Amino acid sequence: MRTTKLEKKPVEVVNNSDLMLISKQSYAAIDKWIAKYHPENRQAAVIPALHIVQEENGGHLTIALMDELALYLNMPTIAVYEVASFYSMFEHKPIGKHKVSICTNISCMLRGSEEIVEHLKKKFAINLGETTTDGKFTVKEVECLGACVGAPMCLIGREYHEYLTPEKIDAILEKLE
Amino acid sequence: MVSIEIDGKKIQARDGALVIEAADDAGVYIPRFCYHKKLSIAANCRMCLIEVEKAAKPLPACATPVTDGMVIFTKSPKAIDAQKGVMEFLLINHPLDCPICDQGGECELQDIAMGYGSDVSKFTEKKRVVKDKNLGPLIATDMTRCIHCTRCVRFGAEVAGVRELGATGRGEHTEIGTYITSNVSSEMSGNVIDLCPVGALTSKPFRFSARAWELVERDTIAPHDCIGSNLKVHVCNGREVVRVVPRENEAINETWISDRDRFSYEALYSDDRLKTPMLKENGAWREVDWETALQAVIVGINKTITDSGADRVGALAAPTSTLEELYLMQKLMRQMGVNNIDHRLRQLDFSDQQQAPVFPWLGQPINNLENNNAVLLIGSNVRKDQPIAAHRLRKAGVRGSKIMTLNAVDYDFYMPIMAKIITSPMDYKHQLAGIAKALLAQTKQPAPNGFEKLVSKVKITASHQAIASALVEGSVSSVLLGPQAINHPEASTLRMLAQLITLLSQSQLGYLSEAGNSVGAWMAGMLPHRVAGGKDADKTGLNALEMLHKGLRAYVLLGVEPEIESAESVIASRALNDADFVVSLTSFSSEAMRQYADVMLPIAPFAETSATFINAEGQWQSVAGVVPPLGETRPAWKVLRVLGNLFGCSGFDYITSDDVLTEVKQLTKDCQTDNTVVWCCPAPITTNSNADILVRIAEVQMYAGDSLQRRAQALQNTHDADFAAIRINKACAKKFGLKDGVKATAAQNGTEITLPVVVDDNVSDNSVLIHCGLRDSAALSTDFTPISIRPV
Amino acid sequence: MANEVCFSTLHLDKSWALSTYQAAGGYAVWKRILKNKTSPDDIISELKTSALRGRGGAGFPTGLKWSFMPRNTPGQKYIVCNSDEGEPGTCKDRDILRYNPHALIEGMAIAGYTIGASIGYNYMRGEFYEPYDRFETALEEAYKAGILGKNIFKSGVDFDLHSHIGAGAYICGEETALLESLEGKKGLPRFKPPFPASYGLFGRPTTINNTETLASVPYILANGGKWFLELGRPNNGGSKLFSVSGHVNKPGNYEVPLGTPFAELLEMAGGVWKGKELKAVIPGGSSTPVLPAKIAMEMDMDYDSIAKAGSMLGAGSVIIMDETTCMVKTLGRLAYFYYDESCGQCTPCREGTGWLSRVVNRIEIGKGQQQDLDLLLDVAGKIGGRTICGLGDAAAMPVMSFLNHYRDEFQFHVDHKRCMV
Ligand SMILES: Cc1cc2nc3c(=O)[nH]c(=O)nc-3n(C[C@H](O)[C@H](O)[C@H](O)COP(=O)(O)O)c2cc1C
Ligand code: SF4
Ligand code: FES
Repeated sequence: MRTTKLEKKPVEVVNNSDLMLISKQSYAAIDKWIAKYHPENRQAAVIPALHIVQEENGGHLTIALMDELALYLNMPTIAVYEVASFYSMFEHKPIGKHKVSICTNISCMLRGSEEIVEHLKKKFAINLGETTTDGKFTVKEVECLGACVGAPMCLIGREYHEYLTPEKIDAILEKLE
Repeated sequence: MVSIEIDGKKIQARDGALVIEAADDAGVYIPRFCYHKKLSIAANCRMCLIEVEKAAKPLPACATPVTDGMVIFTKSPKAIDAQKGVMEFLLINHPLDCPICDQGGECELQDIAMGYGSDVSKFTEKKRVVKDKNLGPLIATDMTRCIHCTRCVRFGAEVAGVRELGATGRGEHTEIGTYITSNVSSEMSGNVIDLCPVGALTSKPFRFSARAWELVERDTIAPHDCIGSNLKVHVCNGREVVRVVPRENEAINETWISDRDRFSYEALYSDDRLKTPMLKENGAWREVDWETALQAVIVGINKTITDSGADRVGALAAPTSTLEELYLMQKLMRQMGVNNIDHRLRQLDFSDQQQAPVFPWLGQPINNLENNNAVLLIGSNVRKDQPIAAHRLRKAGVRGSKIMTLNAVDYDFYMPIMAKIITSPMDYKHQLAGIAKALLAQTKQPAPNGFEKLVSKVKITASHQAIASALVEGSVSSVLLGPQAINHPEASTLRMLAQLITLLSQSQLGYLSEAGNSVGAWMAGMLPHRVAGGKDADKTGLNALEMLHKGLRAYVLLGVEPEIESAESVIASRALNDADFVVSLTSFSSEAMRQYADVMLPIAPFAETSATFINAEGQWQSVAGVVPPLGETRPAWKVLRVLGNLFGCSGFDYITSDDVLTEVKQLTKDCQTDNTVVWCCPAPITTNSNADILVRIAEVQMYAGDSLQRRAQALQNTHDADFAAIRINKACAKKFGLKDGVKATAAQNGTEITLPVVVDDNVSDNSVLIHCGLRDSAALSTDFTPISIRPV
Repeated sequence: MANEVCFSTLHLDKSWALSTYQAAGGYAVWKRILKNKTSPDDIISELKTSALRGRGGAGFPTGLKWSFMPRNTPGQKYIVCNSDEGEPGTCKDRDILRYNPHALIEGMAIAGYTIGASIGYNYMRGEFYEPYDRFETALEEAYKAGILGKNIFKSGVDFDLHSHIGAGAYICGEETALLESLEGKKGLPRFKPPFPASYGLFGRPTTINNTETLASVPYILANGGKWFLELGRPNNGGSKLFSVSGHVNKPGNYEVPLGTPFAELLEMAGGVWKGKELKAVIPGGSSTPVLPAKIAMEMDMDYDSIAKAGSMLGAGSVIIMDETTCMVKTLGRLAYFYYDESCGQCTPCREGTGWLSRVVNRIEIGKGQQQDLDLLLDVAGKIGGRTICGLGDAAAMPVMSFLNHYRDEFQFHVDHKRCMV
């Protein structure tokens, strides 16, 4: 006989050994986020958790990862898909090792972001949104990243690079493994 | 109340009402897409924009509450301009494929667009194309037509209780769907078809079968579960049922129906449909005319009575039969001296039938379910058994009411469950005794006669305490017995204990009975011990189980397939095959029936006959037939009337079914509606006496409850129409050496069956769930009895 | 007369460190409030005196906003900081997070105390990795120093502050979309009323303010509301961060008193680059109407003056365009932005922003037709004022103002299939 008494929905206590896709370290990082909210509001951690999971997976999300996260955060899977497909930082296809997100919005445009974009397109022989054949770079056009006084700018990995010129971005990319 | 003015009309509106509600009440139509009175407010379509005096911008009527003195214009130039603007936006990406759209002629978008005249759109860009989704066998999609009102998404979250559909993506790229390929599984999913204001979500079985303007709409009642949902049937060419939609009845089904009630009509045109009377002669079936068939019945029954006596004849009826049919069947039988009459085919314990209430019922109106503060469900998978009742309970649960369960399977109820006891069916009485004992201690009331001894060995657990307190504290609380309790081998004990719990906690005792006319069958006297109106019969006949066990010489069947609908399917099958004469009044024939029957009389099913159903709350609902009976089919009440006359019985001179109804009403007008019965102490309860015995949980598979559902193809293709399997939890599976997906043999009372194993941790210990109602599991003898399992 | 509020410590070494902040007098206000148990009404009244208006874009008086919180209703309340900073042209909150995070922490703590919220969240846009790290470090310092947490300085007051991050969605800057996002959902703005003060984060009463607004609070309470008011102008109190971007020699964030003439601000930013002529200015971020040089050169940088000039101060994001700027192309980029960022729930915004973007683009590439100019105005008019949130208006406004002031350029594109500049 199993007898359980429950208040509201059960807060999942997930046994990590059952869940193979997300690492213990990532779960630990996610748990830190979860701790910021009332236990009832576990779902609030979904965006940070998706970031963590995406990073661990080399830059993109998969259905299986999202499903696992849904279970962990006690959310319907569709609710995770909704979030993951709404925010532009989440990728759903494999991307290059380095994601170069170039802002082309007004302030950057006024100061020559087009030139940077053209330069990269030519340099890598790819279009925006595509990945170099060696899988090293994905160049993505993004909306304003809130660094307009440093225009033109881009985000690579976790870092902003401002006052870009074709030469400057070459030098930055050069240094990346 | 506040005074407002809409389009120059001065009206009174409820405080806090939304403008759209006040306008609807006043008969002023404001166009809308996202607004639906049963769903939360989204205010996203912007179609309902109206002008309000002193407001700078147009306001959405669906999200703006009325205020005293508010002056509203719904058709002023400003309002019309705003509405037209929205319409134009909606149409830029909407395909103009109305001629081939299933929604054509009943499309809210089309209707409203027409209302604004056909402005040529200034939009010259390409239209958006959205890939279609496969949502399963019930719902067809054409997502390019979607206008993003999100009614379907909100329905899932708020009513169905499962978020399956969502809006993924962003902005113009937002798409409604499941994101990944997956079927929607809600038992209420079909309601999104009605909710969708355009042709994005339509009925898959209905697809392309008719155009809206070829259809006429007629009213009927769903016969399947004990709710009696109100339906509208769409009839093509006056002959064929092509679609079923809800008919609003706030007190019963609100604006919803279950998928079962929506799609079962497909069975009307299944290959199994019997269209002409059939007679078996020398083992061979042939089609005959009615006269020949009826004559054969007269000869067959009379011969059995003459040869073996009337007590060797039995009558079994499905509890989904109409009140008129049930009444006439028992009347006919009794006049011929046959007292073996029953409709309780799944029942196992009849020991307390003499004390039983006149009719076991819900004990309260259906809509009162949502007012309960505490509800204990016993042996009930209410979500699948009676989806509409579950919806009411869910509303209570979501509001904070304490919903509690005692079940053998940890069902996925989509509502907060305050306490649950998941245990073997053999342990139910022990658990109920514990709750009763806790209540006695809590309320300090005197124990009824013999109770102390009964429960002396029972230990009170924290769950018992919690459930007891919740029932006591709830100002409105109920204890509801579901089919698995009603049909339990110790049902009388469970009933007695449940009643004791309700008396001690001042709760309502209720029955979530099995079928559309379970209450009607009790009222009509389709019972061995009672005649219509609950009066004792002069002579008590055999109950359904005894009739099958004893092996009678002749059986009269009404809309029933006992070989899968009886609690003892193997015995039922044997009894019918061994009988000298079996006549089946039926809408369908099956291989098994052709084996055991001698005459098959085609009777009109649901929708083809006038009918009265009494639902679980005791509501009588009468409807006319909506289409003429197919082929040579005749309404069963007429067949029974003719049989009555042919047998020379008296009182069978009815001209209309109303005459029958009037007679039943007359006989039942003094019926008492009390579920409580006199205390009668059950045998003492020892602790966990059955702890180690493996028992079969006999749950009727969701879409196997009656002959219509079993033949509705689309329903049979759903997830809920699960295949027959041995469902067992991980620990038990390990104990018996079973593996998920691998076949195993189940043995019971000398019968055996081999089925795949499904490891399901929701099944309680020492139990095996093998659904019944399925031909694939019918070779196993009995519900709720010990069973053994071994790997093949 | 610059850098007197949020940027007052900017010149110091490691301006973001707790020690620097405290050496400059930081957290004195917070300690004083805790010690004296200053009444929330006094704090609110000081803010009202200061005429501090929301720095997030709408310019709503902050003291008044805080007074809307139902302080006596029991249960959890929240203070939320809007560091989503997504409006094109805006990049000031990033610098507060990077260079003066403790002012924000102190401001949020004071806000929490005032409105009765024991928990705060700072919602930063997902791309702000560096600002996030700075803020997290500052939080750690503050917790370690006992400035945050339970029973702070034995006052009996609790205040917990957490970071939260987004993941790339401009709409999450809209306050109710931000709340939805913080709850772990898509950022769909909520229909108001109810306003966050009665139904906010997780359904609880919530106050939401911009980073700059909150970071200004400690300075106001330290120096007095009157001091702050007098930095600026009546009804336009204080100084304000202006992000000057585009065609200037020294783009940057400049903190100047409200009421500073635009011409002066332009000069601080080094004037128009390459010796070019000023053509147009967007004074408050991409959603605010564009102004031709002539009008801009005569206006002062405060809420009321810019409004009089026909635009809005918004978030103080001044985008400078020189004479070589193609206004069709510029509008095209903005229109695309709103199309790209519409959350998609309201019909006019979901369907209309894409339409606008496509038509402007068509005109730019020389495929426009005469009727397209009026069509743009017509479509913009059907979006503005008819949606749940301000993004609809934000998308319509540039279209209307660009066509209003530069219709001839659009006409030229239609007539000659090319640009006139
Ligand atoms: C589409 C849209 C985007 C917005 N983006 C931001 C933003 O990035 N940062 C911000 O502080 N406020 C933004 N706002 C304004 C907020 O909704 C809100 O008014 C502000 O955070 C309130 O803070 P304040 O009173 O301190 O200005 C935005 C509003 C809209 C309609
Ligand atoms: S106006 Fe646009 S962004 Fe704002 S809620 Fe509506 S659809 Fe979303
Ligand atoms: S019905 Fe009011 S906005 Fe959709």
